[in-house]
Amino acid sequence: MAASMLLSEEQQLLRESARGFCREQAPISLHRKLRDSRDPDGFDRDLWRRMVDLGWSGMAVPEEFGGYGFGHLGLGLVLQETGRTLVDSPLIATVLLGANAILELGSDRQKAEILPRVVAGELLLAFALDEGALHDPARIEATAFATENGYALNGAKTFVLDGHVADRIIVVARVNDGSNGAGALGLFLIDAAAPGLEITRTIMVDGRNSANLHLSNVQVSADRRLGESATSPADLDRMLDIARVGLAAEMLGSIEEVFERTLDYLRQREQFGVPIGAFQALQHRAAEMYSEIELSKSLLRAALAALDDPVSDHRRIAKLASAAKAKLSEVFFLVSNEGIQMHGGIGMTDEFDIGFFLKRARVAQQFLGDAGFHRDRYAALHSF
Amino acid sequence: MSGEFKQFRLETRDWLERNCPASMRAPMPPEEVVWGGRDAEFVNPDSKLWLERMAARGWTCPTWPAEFGGGGLNPAQAGILAEELARIDARPPLTSFGISMLGPVLLEYGTLEQKLEHLPKIVRGEIRWCQGYSEPGSGSDLASLNTRADLQDGYYLINGSKVWTSYADKADWIFCLVRTDFEAPKHQGISFVLFDMASEGVSTRPIKLISGSSPFCETFFDNVKAPAANIVGRLNDGWTIAKRLLQHERTMISGFGLAGGQAEGGGASETTLESIAMRYRGDKGRLSNPVLRDRIAQFKIDSEAFALTSRRSAEESTGGGPNHISSMLKYYGCELNKRRCELLLEAAGNRALGWEGEGFDEEELSLAREWLRSKANSIEGGTAEIQLNVIARRVLDLPDLTGILREKR
Ligand SMILES: Cc1cc2nc3c(=O)[nH]c(=O)nc-3n(C[C@H](O)[C@H](O)[C@H](O)COP(=O)(O)OP(=O)(O)OC[C@H]3O[C@@H](n4cnc5c(N)ncnc54)[C@H](O)[C@@H]3O)c2cc1C
Repeated sequence: MAASMLLSEEQQLLRESARGFCREQAPISLHRKLRDSRDPDGFDRDLWRRMVDLGWSGMAVPEEFGGYGFGHLGLGLVLQETGRTLVDSPLIATVLLGANAILELGSDRQKAEILPRVVAGELLLAFALDEGALHDPARIEATAFATENGYALNGAKTFVLDGHVADRIIVVARVNDGSNGAGALGLFLIDAAAPGLEITRTIMVDGRNSANLHLSNVQVSADRRLGESATSPADLDRMLDIARVGLAAEMLGSIEEVFERTLDYLRQREQFGVPIGAFQALQHRAAEMYSEIELSKSLLRAALAALDDPVSDHRRIAKLASAAKAKLSEVFFLVSNEGIQMHGGIGMTDEFDIGFFLKRARVAQQFLGDAGFHRDRYAALHSF
Repeated sequence: MSGEFKQFRLETRDWLERNCPASMRAPMPPEEVVWGGRDAEFVNPDSKLWLERMAARGWTCPTWPAEFGGGGLNPAQAGILAEELARIDARPPLTSFGISMLGPVLLEYGTLEQKLEHLPKIVRGEIRWCQGYSEPGSGSDLASLNTRADLQDGYYLINGSKVWTSYADKADWIFCLVRTDFEAPKHQGISFVLFDMASEGVSTRPIKLISGSSPFCETFFDNVKAPAANIVGRLNDGWTIAKRLLQHERTMISGFGLAGGQAEGGGASETTLESIAMRYRGDKGRLSNPVLRDRIAQFKIDSEAFALTSRRSAEESTGGGPNHISSMLKYYGCELNKRRCELLLEAAGNRALGWEGEGFDEEELSLAREWLRSKANSIEGGTAEIQLNVIARRVLDLPDLTGILREKR
């Protein structure tokens, strides 16, 4: 029988405690404060420490590497709640991308060395994949030339989330080691302070931090290559799919929050002597959003369950991950736009929070592939 | 899975293996659907055998109590039976409004006598039911209905007319909404009554649809006599039952949305949307029209999400029966099925536009008919707009404009 679509009691408790934490300790006002003060880190280190204390940095990390073994669903539930209050934190770059890359693609030695430090909150990571305006893991032009005791990295990376604060950065490059293996993928864990690495912070429309990287002859030793051998495109994809589903979970939380805020406004704002939510034109649009959100929840739940299910093969995970990222991107687009429109003029003011969700929506839509990218991939995975 | 369920699965599998005729394990052409009834037709003689065998175990209505002829299975066992039936592609032995609509409300609201009289005949497919709700002046505003029932010597005398009554000309009995109190507000004067369509004074006139078939009728009642004991639930409280039945109907209709198939199995089959689109374009491996390809992918993703949502909703409501989410599933499922039919039309180009005669194969001819029929999905069982109203008010708790204006007056 297929896995249940319902949450266990333990999972419900986890979600509730995460919700309470975000509401009390990481409300949207904190996001506003970080943005307004142009905070050099872009997140609150004190808050991050508290998140680490709650175990969020080790949610999906197995116990043997210092984590808590709550699985991808556990991390997904936490991300969903951080999405509700737009929490700026290293959860995405360090945990969802960084730790996950090491867990999926690293050697046992690398896992044992790095993961416990990530879980303990001692190490911040970033993941440098894309090079152009669009997410495209098939187009990697950064190169890694084999040297005597390692590799020399060259190239440029964009949209590297938390690239300006990370201690270590995982760089995806094409390896040229002189053999016929030229062009194989390699993921390299480099030090943020490595000579030849130039990091430019870029502040994105959602207020979060990305960076552009420039690598000229950055030296990295052979034992810093994840897995210490070639990474196949399929392996990279598997790792990216986990991150896509986690990102979709964060998106769902934001979607639910905009929708609930918008419903509240529909019930409370009066025009023509009645609450505007009594107008059928708005009711039907709200009902359509509700339907789309229910579908999104189911898809996400199934995708998270598939990640944790030891018998699901990668093709199934890939299909669900692309379905979820495509659908959640569409629905976030819809709900963030309607959220502004249904608030009228006040929705356009910077003082009001709803606009933050619109800005976050577009960045999250692009990140790790937009709806078009994932529908194309979904079709290919279904052989059409 | 516990040993008990494992045992049940093995026994079920074994029984189905021995009792499901080979021809019942193939896709069912529409004309072979078994509706039962006094004049039941069995285009394929195996259908009769299959129905009798399944009905004898109560497996046409697996979760109904055995005392009323049902299978007496718990939800987990019923799930296993469904999976085992799906595993061998078994056809449903019986399709009827008795199973999907009337039975569940009789179980909830009927008297013991009513249950004992009607449920076993539904299980065995002996009596075919139709639904007398809509009237010429009362469609979406169903509660405004005018068909009247006046008590006279222990009988209700029924007068009025219904419209869009599906299969009224083939049905044996009708579950019908009638007005029994003419002074009360519109929702409070309605009763839910059952009577035999062979009664004196009942007449029907088929209506032809845009798809060419005539599945529904105008239905007229001229001094039709129904015993007073045939009222289900309390007199004048028929609206409660009417609404409950609509939830069951909507859940049933939302099943159209599952026609897109679970995306998981897709790709291999000859009949998927994408394989039809590729076949007519001579494509191999990749659909050459990028716009259609994108829209099919989007449709399949939505279908998959919808199937998961139907499952989640069933799991969430364990035992509680359908709830307001049924309106969402009805709305979305019907829109999905319409999308599927439009995409099929695009997939097959002018080959999907044949009406009759030579030059088109059966499958091609069915595409146009199915497409036309699908337009009714968002009308029957309550229109799309009515479902959106229900979601807005009952699920999202948005205010009711009509109510507000009435109070202000
Ligand atoms: C194939 C098919 C089978 C059917 N089978 C049966 C059957 O077996 N038994 C039976 O009793 N009935 C049956 N029906 C009837 C069906 O239930 C009605 O057609 C339906 O409820 C709509 O009523 P109507 O046709 O009078 O349309 P109307 O109510 O006149 O609606 C016309 C349009 O106005 C819109 N509208 C109406 N009210 C509102 C509102 N408040 N807000 C927004 N928009 C609104 C509707 O959504 C629709 O778009 C069947 C219909 C079809 C198509």
